[in-house]
Amino acid sequence: MEKPLTQHVRRDGEMLDLRAYEAVGGYQGMRRVLRMDPREVQQLVKDSTLRGRGGAGFPTGMKWSFVPMGPDAPHPKYLICNADEMEPGTFKDRLLLEATPHQLIEGMSIAAWAIQAEVAYIFLRGEYVESARRLQKALAEACEARYLGRNIFGSGYSLEMHLHTSAGRYMCGEETGLLNALEGKRANPRTKPPFPQVSGLFGKPSIVQNVETLCTLPHIVNNGAEWFKKLSRTADGGTKLYGASGKVKRPGLWELPMGTTVRELLEEYAGGMREGLRFRGLLPGGASTDFLTEEHLDVPMDFTAVQKAGSRMGTGTMIVLDDKTCPVGMVWNLEKFFAQESCGWCTPCWSGLNWTERTLRALEEGRGREGDLEKLAYQTWFNAPGNTFCALAPGSAEPLQSALKYFREDFERHIHDKRCPWK
Amino acid sequence: MPLSAEERREIEAEFPRYPTRRAVCIDAMKIVQRHRGWISDESLEDIAQLLEMSLDELDGVATFYNLLFRKPVGRHVVLLCDSVSCWIMGYDRLRERLCSKLGARLGETTADGRFTLLPIVCLGACDHAPAMMVDEDLHRDLDPEKAEQALENYK
Repeated sequence: MEKPLTQHVRRDGEMLDLRAYEAVGGYQGMRRVLRMDPREVQQLVKDSTLRGRGGAGFPTGMKWSFVPMGPDAPHPKYLICNADEMEPGTFKDRLLLEATPHQLIEGMSIAAWAIQAEVAYIFLRGEYVESARRLQKALAEACEARYLGRNIFGSGYSLEMHLHTSAGRYMCGEETGLLNALEGKRANPRTKPPFPQVSGLFGKPSIVQNVETLCTLPHIVNNGAEWFKKLSRTADGGTKLYGASGKVKRPGLWELPMGTTVRELLEEYAGGMREGLRFRGLLPGGASTDFLTEEHLDVPMDFTAVQKAGSRMGTGTMIVLDDKTCPVGMVWNLEKFFAQESCGWCTPCWSGLNWTERTLRALEEGRGREGDLEKLAYQTWFNAPGNTFCALAPGSAEPLQSALKYFREDFERHIHDKRCPWK
Repeated sequence: MPLSAEERREIEAEFPRYPTRRAVCIDAMKIVQRHRGWISDESLEDIAQLLEMSLDELDGVATFYNLLFRKPVGRHVVLLCDSVSCWIMGYDRLRERLCSKLGARLGETTADGRFTLLPIVCLGACDHAPAMMVDEDLHRDLDPEKAEQALENYK
């Protein structure tokens, strides 16, 4: 089984430095694209069917195609790596950042060339201190080797790349919130249109892309679109970093063919539930995805199939709920997170999420009342897509609406018994 | 105390990396915080002046970001993850033990000024939950005893 993204991750936990990365073919993809027309690179990535690994699954090649090209395009253009991994339950980009920072730099250089960007930023969450150290080291090595900076490989192309370490807040991972944060503002979302591809960072054409997506690019360039598609078991090409946390026997992270089923991840890779515990459900890809249950275990984990099953693959790192953990308590924890991280920009979000959180708290504390579940269901409607500027509130509705569906009896017992049955 | 020569030099070194001065403001506040532990009203004024921003505008940014401290903190900052995977794996017991051991609630500093205990969202260490950070160090696979022990190393 091919594992392009993680095959060179060192077992001792150290990073692959420039020399080691080059010894395994590093920076060949970048040399190759600099001899290609940027449009050709865009077409290659379109053909590969690569979809963004940050959670939304937007086709990468299509995202690039909205960037103005040619002599009249505004400059500078920006390529931004979203390394603000903060979706609860998600720990996949950390591995790529710490283990193979040069793979990211090469991927970013390829993306930058494809849209003819002159400046690139890595937007890294502040708590990823070790990632920051290693990225700094890798950036210094790449600059010294003249893989970044002026006239790269004698091509006439110049690219500056900077590391920005953030100062917290989930909102920074939202595309337009991130742009505001990079401009030194509060990370509130922006109205779309204009879309960032046309008017993004400092009003210039900008592309924001997830770490895992960018790390995939050198491999597509080196091996081709057909190779990439064949890595997958389904129509969404490539491999995917999947993970599992919660009370499974072996929590962890694995690079596997896209479309590996939920059951394989849960039972084979994560080793099933811990002794004495039963599986009740899971969030397939972070806090802002709908629960899946027993009936969905044979769903292939790709963007299309998980959506068909009523959820989203999201980041692909699943959070597992066992029968000794209270589902209402879990959803309360999730909604508390969303309520806290709301930036306060849109009313359904800042106001609605506080009501949601308070209602769930009351249920957990034995103060639930008739009508509470209807109130919660109303909140998921109030926070639906279209009522807010960004996806935070709609995301918060996903675990809640699915919990109300799959764990309804547990919610009702909280009201009826006037206490949490798990306490 | 006005910005030191070193703080000023470090902040100015950020200028070429962004097209506007304002864009440097988060880095600037982090630099000052690294030197002084937190960002006082006076520091905020000095930074605003250097970056040609209004004080209110800068404070609006400062108060948005949870890793920028507008109040003094202890010698060590403990960030305790309270997100979902850590919650499933025993966050409540961990918090109770740390709060009672330190005699401080979340958001408070110990009487001896040694620790400030703060909640933090998902630290991206979910396969090794529960987790916390102390200053720049990540501690994983914790239980109340291990967490208590880990704090011993921070004087």
